[in-house]
Amino acid sequence: MPKKKNLNKILVIGSGPIVIGQAAEFDYAGSQACRSLKEEGLQVVLVNSNPATIMTDANIADRVYIEPLTVEFLTAIIEKERPDGLLATLGGQAGLNLAVQLAESGALEKYNVELLGTSLNAIKKAEDRELFKETMERIGEPIPESTIVEDIHGAIDFANQIGYPLIVRPAYTLGGTGGGIANNEEELIEITLRGLKYSMIGQVLIERSIAGWKEIEFEVMRDGNDNCITICSMENFDPVGVHTGDSIVVAPTQTLTDHEYQLLRSASLKMIRALEIEGGCNVQFALDPKSQDYYVIEVNPRVSRSSALASKATGYPIAKVSVKIAIGYTLDEIVNAVTKKTKACFEPSVDYIVVKFPRWPFDKFVYADTTLGTQMKATGEVMSLDRTFEGAILKAVRSLEIGVNRLHMDKMDSWDNEKVRSRLNKVNDERLFLIAEALRRNIATVEEIADITKIDRWFIDKIKNITDMEVRLKKDTLNAKNLREAKLIGLSDKSIAELTGTNVNEVRDMRNQFRIVPIYKMVDTCAGEFEAATPYYYSTFRGEIDEVEVSDRRKIIVLGSGPIRIGQGVEFDYCSVHSVWALREAGIEAIIINNNPETVSTDFDISDKLYFEPLTTEDVLNIIDKEQPEGVIVQFGGQTAINLAASLAAAGVKIFGTSVDNIDRAEDRERFDEMLTELNIPRPRGISVTNLDDAITGAATIGYPVMVRPSYVLGGRAMEIVYNEEELRDYMSRAVKVTPDHPVLVDRYMQGTEVEVDAICDGVDVVIPGIMEHVERAGVHSGDSIAVYPPQTLPSKVIYTITDYTKRMAIALNVRGLLNIQYVVADGKVYVIEVNPRSSRTVPFLSKVTDIKMVNVATRVALGSTLKSMGYYSGLVEPKPYVSVKAPVFSFAKMQDVDISLGPEMKSTGEVMGIDYHYARALYKAITGAGMNIPKHGCILFTVADKDKEEMKQLAKAFYELGFKLVATEGTARALQSIGIDAEVVGKVHQRSSDIIQMIKLGKIHMVVNTQAPGKHIAKDGFRIRRATVELGVPCLTSLDTAWEVMRVLTFMRDRRLVYSLALQDYVGGGDALA
Amino acid sequence: MKGKLILQDGTTFRGQLFGGSNATTEGEVVFNTGMTGYQEILTDPSYCRQIVTLTYPLVGNYGTAKQFNQSRKSFVGGLIVGELCEKPSSSSMQRTLPEFLTAEKIPCLYDVDTRALTKKIRSAGTMKGVIVSEYTSQNTIDEMMALPIRKNVVEMVSTPVSYSLDAGKDALNVVAMDFGIKRNIIDALRKLNCRVTVVPAGSPAEAILALNPDGIFLSNGPGDPKDVPNVIREVQKLLDKKPLFGICLGHQILSLAMGADTFKLKFGHRGCNQPVKNLKTGKVAITAQNHGYAVEENSLKGLPVEVTHISLNDGTIEGVRHTSLPVAGVQYHPEAAPGPNDSVRLFDEFIDNMRAAKEG
Repeated sequence: MPKKKNLNKILVIGSGPIVIGQAAEFDYAGSQACRSLKEEGLQVVLVNSNPATIMTDANIADRVYIEPLTVEFLTAIIEKERPDGLLATLGGQAGLNLAVQLAESGALEKYNVELLGTSLNAIKKAEDRELFKETMERIGEPIPESTIVEDIHGAIDFANQIGYPLIVRPAYTLGGTGGGIANNEEELIEITLRGLKYSMIGQVLIERSIAGWKEIEFEVMRDGNDNCITICSMENFDPVGVHTGDSIVVAPTQTLTDHEYQLLRSASLKMIRALEIEGGCNVQFALDPKSQDYYVIEVNPRVSRSSALASKATGYPIAKVSVKIAIGYTLDEIVNAVTKKTKACFEPSVDYIVVKFPRWPFDKFVYADTTLGTQMKATGEVMSLDRTFEGAILKAVRSLEIGVNRLHMDKMDSWDNEKVRSRLNKVNDERLFLIAEALRRNIATVEEIADITKIDRWFIDKIKNITDMEVRLKKDTLNAKNLREAKLIGLSDKSIAELTGTNVNEVRDMRNQFRIVPIYKMVDTCAGEFEAATPYYYSTFRGEIDEVEVSDRRKIIVLGSGPIRIGQGVEFDYCSVHSVWALREAGIEAIIINNNPETVSTDFDISDKLYFEPLTTEDVLNIIDKEQPEGVIVQFGGQTAINLAASLAAAGVKIFGTSVDNIDRAEDRERFDEMLTELNIPRPRGISVTNLDDAITGAATIGYPVMVRPSYVLGGRAMEIVYNEEELRDYMSRAVKVTPDHPVLVDRYMQGTEVEVDAICDGVDVVIPGIMEHVERAGVHSGDSIAVYPPQTLPSKVIYTITDYTKRMAIALNVRGLLNIQYVVADGKVYVIEVNPRSSRTVPFLSKVTDIKMVNVATRVALGSTLKSMGYYSGLVEPKPYVSVKAPVFSFAKMQDVDISLGPEMKSTGEVMGIDYHYARALYKAITGAGMNIPKHGCILFTVADKDKEEMKQLAKAFYELGFKLVATEGTARALQSIGIDAEVVGKVHQRSSDIIQMIKLGKIHMVVNTQAPGKHIAKDGFRIRRATVELGVPCLTSLDTAWEVMRVLTFMRDRRLVYSLALQDYVGGGDALA
Repeated sequence: MKGKLILQDGTTFRGQLFGGSNATTEGEVVFNTGMTGYQEILTDPSYCRQIVTLTYPLVGNYGTAKQFNQSRKSFVGGLIVGELCEKPSSSSMQRTLPEFLTAEKIPCLYDVDTRALTKKIRSAGTMKGVIVSEYTSQNTIDEMMALPIRKNVVEMVSTPVSYSLDAGKDALNVVAMDFGIKRNIIDALRKLNCRVTVVPAGSPAEAILALNPDGIFLSNGPGDPKDVPNVIREVQKLLDKKPLFGICLGHQILSLAMGADTFKLKFGHRGCNQPVKNLKTGKVAITAQNHGYAVEENSLKGLPVEVTHISLNDGTIEGVRHTSLPVAGVQYHPEAAPGPNDSVRLFDEFIDNMRAAKEG
């Protein structure tokens, strides 16, 4: 079948901001989709609110709209662009939902837009619980029996029919409270009664429990001619019960017989046919380990996180092929991009094992519940490949950057045997490490652990192979034989050094002496059956022949940024990709090393060579030994790459860009202070302390409130504002491990306007593409603030000073490439908060809105070009006539127990952008894009801390004058009365009748303005109010600054149209400026 | 103990020899890209005397169980793998793979860089190899290497005596010529209510027709189809007598009987992921394959034979049928085990042909 003839222009919907459950994988899928459409000569219109993505680059699509992903905005864009087709299956659940809404609103029909790929009907068949159930019953595929009951008799009847165990889930509760697993009638009665009480509508869902079964996934593909193939099978290490996004996953399946494998494979094909999906799809099964019974858990009728993993695991470009199918091609017409000879209609065969490991944000959310269950909590993931499970899992673990380099956590050393044993049944982020600990101590057998955890004993045996090797190493002295064995198992040099009491350099030297070095194998989709063209490699110590052909071209390695986590998101992948592109443009062979399967950078046709490897000194040095590149670029891979600079330089590797010494001068507190003193640039007073007494004396001299944090941080980790000595003592004992090697920084907390700058320096000139002003005052982490380009309130004197300081610091640090500086402006005076001698999270945003290819320029500078030669002059680039606003996006709904109020610790997982010629509309777009549902009328609850009451009065008055009804807690209401505003008084949380929570639940409150009393003593009421707003989707503003801006937006929008869209190309091209 | 594989061209791959120094073997070295199904492969008689390399590096993870055997015993010459799993896990497991190898006396070289070996065969073509212990003398190796590839492999694997497997009421009578038949083929036919009488490869046409079959099935099997000219001759006599269906070697023999020619593929098709296009429907199915020879397309010119299926990977013939007689063959394995079940419907066509012939 040839490509559909009626298609010229295609609208692609992206997935919006990064949130837990929807991460960088959709940038990967979306950019692949756009590139593949353009390859077909089609015009591409892209809509995505997330500026940190490659897909929203002006060269990826013909028309790029960085606008809120709402029906209103999409309809306006469709009306304007008149696309022939809509591709929505690559934008995650967000994209899919939007497509359904657009179809249902009639917009697609009205403008004659064809929904490409899977049809609306098919989407519904897969997504609608009832329709799905019907379809599965029709084709005889089993799904877990379930029922909805409203009383206990219904529950018991159901149990009598199908038996135990059963899962009981109350319908509509806050955070799924009140559910549980019932193993017998007594428990069923208890849990059901409790559930009925918690449920807001008096219903509970009862379902057969398949917890503990094997969780198996298949990635399936179908074309319009009904050709079906499976791309990849995956087996979850964690049995059913843990969300697959939170599970360790291996590919292909390891413990399934061919019979079981084919049983589930056939079922997958049957389902994709029955659902009539056209494109990629993910199917999840639960397989009873004791019989061959299975249940279908769910089907995702679209490209998903698992598809990204499957693509990277096999080399098969699922997104690309899905797109070709959507525009009418059949699988046998599409060329296999890897072999270039065979067709896309085959099933990849791999000759290695893949491990995916989730990256959780528990290092940031220290109070969060780390239990893993059906709600996904991971922000990102790593992937690793090897010829053994042991090798692959160890690579995965050291890719996580959580301070472990083998299956061992230091903190467990102090746990007694009883504690280790008793925790084996806990399902949390530490389970794998705990299992290893139990095996290492020999306090539980493989069978016992398999029995307690329900993890297949095949995996436990493999873990035991690792711990057995560790135990042996610990007993013996290191020699050629046991060193070789340790490397064959997959232990890192660092682990071997740790276990044998040597140091890592000795281990490395010894390895080189005995020629114990890894070889590199290719990922080729076909297990070597055909010649392949992909330069996609992984290392292994198992095997004889290295497949990498080292070229004699100039070559440079770009270090990627590893897993997505809070503080280091997709922005850094964006930067890595652009750096690779810049190198290739310059005719240099670009080699990338990264371990994140969700990203564009690990797509095999981005770089000249891709090494899918952990980003540790050893793993990187091994590749350098092999490739002998001219050097390494570290400034684009976030803190991950920067952290490797020193050790690589020490090993004699050239670091392109800012020198390691200058990186240290920016990051080392004392050296940085020295520099500022020399330059006569002020910074908030601060000291670095190594013990509690010094902290207390120091804070007293500086004066409270003070900002405290450990040195060398990313994303404001463990950073807090403390208001008195008591809180300081608490912080020092709880949040940090203070040692002479790990000092704690105590700084004066300055309440002023925060300003952020990204600049490029070549050692002579300093180009500042733009300055961003933050809406929230200092104290809210810059990553969680709303940032505005260009600044709206800064006097020109301040801008001049910022420009001057930026230039002088960049030159003083001899920066070669990018740097990012955060300032605070208080009482008209500018202070430096910090300097990051690397690319930052605002670089993609700023590159887009200023139309300056910052990473490209910085890469060329790092290679030795001058800014002048590229036509750039020192100083601040003239600001654009439009306004861009970057707003943070949070994943609070996924993380119970996390306080949503903003502070110096970064909490956001993603960002959106709003752009417009009017500041207020740009802000409106950003806020709307961030998912905040600002009410245009209704009722606002004010409950603010005493310190904020004075400021709140004017704010509340403004909202009141806009026609909002105000509700307040007693103290706040009294304050309002003093200026003549009547607010309805609501009782505190415990006062049942007029309880605030109840009012929020009942939908009587449409927005909440809530600030916290100083200090970290979490006021329980405030916390509960804030959590309630998250659960019910009510906007909750925890900073008065944000509230002020929302008020201004509302004022502005009263008599202007809300929806107005232009493509990025229009803005940067200067067209349509009169809108 | 340390062992090695030496290929005809002198290339050596090192590994560990399972079963001690007596576990030496020689034969044609082939590779299979399936990621599951090692036991089915090891018991598929089509691999008779061949040394099978599995490209998936972790082998034996779920052990072995009697139910997965495809024939009465294993006929393979040897097995080459990456990791040989000693601690498997599966509820169906009866023996570990190492136990199975010992019981079936299958020499195995493990800890081998199977990817490098696969790439070698892919580029240089299938060739003979010798598995020996590290310390075997060059003389012994040379002697083993000099042994010719056996030509009587069909005879080795075929049943020595006929046997019948019963079916239900109104069953169709199928005579299966056993060139090394896989049990799953018999099972597939029986599931469709066929009474299957398995006869030795050398059975004369008259004897087969004397059994009064509704259809005759030509099974899969090892080796070069041209090594069994007598069988081809007998099949020729059957062509216009009864509906015929051949799989793999059976398909090649059938094609030769219809006047076509066959040739040896460079490294064959062996795996569970092979796409085959049905030329009539234009649809593609993923199939299990295991063949080193194929029917030569040019040789079909002027013959009453049409190509029904081709390989999407290299365009070679994967299925043919007679233009007027109910005679058809496929090069791949619709019976699966190991591999996908996507083409199991092919047996229905055979059934339909038999019913039509019976009624007509």
